Amino acid sequence: MTNAIPTSQVSSSTGLRTLAEKVWDKHLVTKGENGTPDLIYIDLHLLHEVTSPQAFDGLRLANRTLRRPDLTIATEDHNTPTLAIDKPIADLTSRTQIETLRRNCAEFGVRLHSLGDIEQGIVHVVGPQLGLTQPGITVVCGDSHTSTHGAFGAMALGIGTSEVEHVMATQTLPLNPFKTMAITVNGALRTGVTAKDIILAVIAKIGTGGGAGYVLEYRGEAIRALSMEGRMTICNMSIEAGARAGMVAPDQTTYDYLEGRAHAPRGADWDKAVAYWQTLATDEGASFDAEVVIDANELEPFVTWGTNPGQGVSLSGSVPNPADIVDANERSAAERALEYMNLTAGTPMKEIRVDTVFLGSCTNSRVEDLRAAAEIIKGKTKAEGLRMMVVPGSARVRIEAEAEGLDQIFLDFGAEWRFAGCSMCLGMNPDQLEPGERCASTSNRNFEGRQGKGGLTHLVSPLVAAATAIRGTLSSPWDLVQDGDQ
Amino acid sequence: MQKFTTVTGIAVPLRRSNVDTDQIIPAVYLKRVTRTGFEDALFAAWRLDPDFVINKKEYQGGRVLIAGTDFGIGSSREHAVWALRDYGFDVVLSPRFGDIFRGNSGKQGLLAGQISEADAETLWNLVESDPGIELTVDLVGKTARVGDLTVNFEIDDYTRWRLLEGLDDIGLTLRDEARISEFEAMRESWLPQTLPARSPESP
Repeated sequence: MTNAIPTSQVSSSTGLRTLAEKVWDKHLVTKGENGTPDLIYIDLHLLHEVTSPQAFDGLRLANRTLRRPDLTIATEDHNTPTLAIDKPIADLTSRTQIETLRRNCAEFGVRLHSLGDIEQGIVHVVGPQLGLTQPGITVVCGDSHTSTHGAFGAMALGIGTSEVEHVMATQTLPLNPFKTMAITVNGALRTGVTAKDIILAVIAKIGTGGGAGYVLEYRGEAIRALSMEGRMTICNMSIEAGARAGMVAPDQTTYDYLEGRAHAPRGADWDKAVAYWQTLATDEGASFDAEVVIDANELEPFVTWGTNPGQGVSLSGSVPNPADIVDANERSAAERALEYMNLTAGTPMKEIRVDTVFLGSCTNSRVEDLRAAAEIIKGKTKAEGLRMMVVPGSARVRIEAEAEGLDQIFLDFGAEWRFAGCSMCLGMNPDQLEPGERCASTSNRNFEGRQGKGGLTHLVSPLVAAATAIRGTLSSPWDLVQDGDQ
Repeated sequence: MQKFTTVTGIAVPLRRSNVDTDQIIPAVYLKRVTRTGFEDALFAAWRLDPDFVINKKEYQGGRVLIAGTDFGIGSSREHAVWALRDYGFDVVLSPRFGDIFRGNSGKQGLLAGQISEADAETLWNLVESDPGIELTVDLVGKTARVGDLTVNFEIDDYTRWRLLEGLDDIGLTLRDEARISEFEAMRESWLPQTLPARSPESP
């Protein structure tokens, strides 16, 4: 259960506001009365092929139009193959879904980045890359990892298909106000410890339901020190703690990332925008409904042992013993997880041998992630028999990585260098685990069968993924140093 | 959407917590472009086990699912709700739901009622001791009744009202269309637009 400490709710009476509340207030079309929700304006609607076809159908059936094509953008990502992308998609149902998206976008005037286009890629990589994701805006997408965009100080919500249709028709959503939770990460990360380790530790602390009903705001020195990529990794997995969204207040790091991107404001508009963005940070003295504090100095590389993202432990730890878990629900979930994962309580995590390493997904597939992993494996030999798959988050990331020679480092190491998409994070395309195949994955979900029926997933950072690919067992760069390998 | 008042049907005890939407419907079933036809996909991986609760003959035709805490966490896929509906479930009772799942349920006439952990345990024991027993869910009174036992469930007032009235969200919102237009007229001109497409170099 949650370890969050409820704090007193005084902000409404003092007039001091948190980041989330400021963005909310700014987008209020109508204030709900007598238990009805607020109506919130949506600045940016991202679409992909999986959760949109039934919404477009709904519009057609009701004779409705897409209200704001100019605030809507689509990309192909979940179903797309990562090999031979110039050939027709072999899986007929996948092909139908992609073709349906293309037809729908043409009919309703939606900008679409199709397979083969330089801006194609995972929807949550594409939005920020184009400069469309900006501080203070509201972003929605029929995908739970929309929380990624909160890294810019946007309010970014994953929604279902009925809500996708609602936004298409009205550019608004009826929403009940959320509670706010501060996740304060003090101190500094040690070398070898990353944003992914922070968020895995947060989820292990508050649980998969600990954030339910909350918008999380990540704060503190360790968050300020992160790049935009690191902040995106953290906000991305807010949903794995059950939260509706995760946010980081914008700062110079945010502005530096955005300036010069295709859809970032320019000239006088840029100055106006920055002036506004600077007002977004949580007011000093504003209070949160709950607060969690983490000490970055003490964090180690973190990995999961179970079948939900909250079932994690430091890499230096061991598979826990369910008998030691007090809560009956969590105990039975742990027993079930160990059975599924084919693990024995007490086994040191570092002794767990993996078959496959997957570097990719909307959590960790940006060029910085690829760079970090490449630096570890450069000049090293891959563990015998191990398969490593590297899937850039977007076509542009792939091109950038190739310009830096990262593809060659991965290929020399013996890894597969693929085209962009969601790939093995959820295996809607042919990239899947075999039953019993064990994977160290930089993705976000270790659910049963998520990466393929019977597949066994350990969630890890790109650094742990790289070190694991060298040693064959779950490892961090710290182990490579101890091996006298560097 | 049809109006929802009461449902009486076979209760199915799902003694598991953290049932994520990947378990409710695995991703391979998300490729369809229709809103129906997902009944076979419901709990597809778990249904391979002949002892899984849904496979037991006493529970065939179940309409009320009693699940453990954190039901419907994870992916936003509304297909999870469609699969439950297509199978025949009208109600899911759980001590806690994933937020997006709970929202999706309300849009598709699936009642997601929150009960206490103690009541979940009581209902499981009762239903398991008399498999196939019918349970009556009353949305007006927010109660679930089985035999002599009545437990209360929680649902937010707005979703309850919409379910009771069978109202369509988009229609409701479009009554405020003038307010939306007013809001749009006041938006800052520098806010991002997807059209026309720009490159970093283009003006």
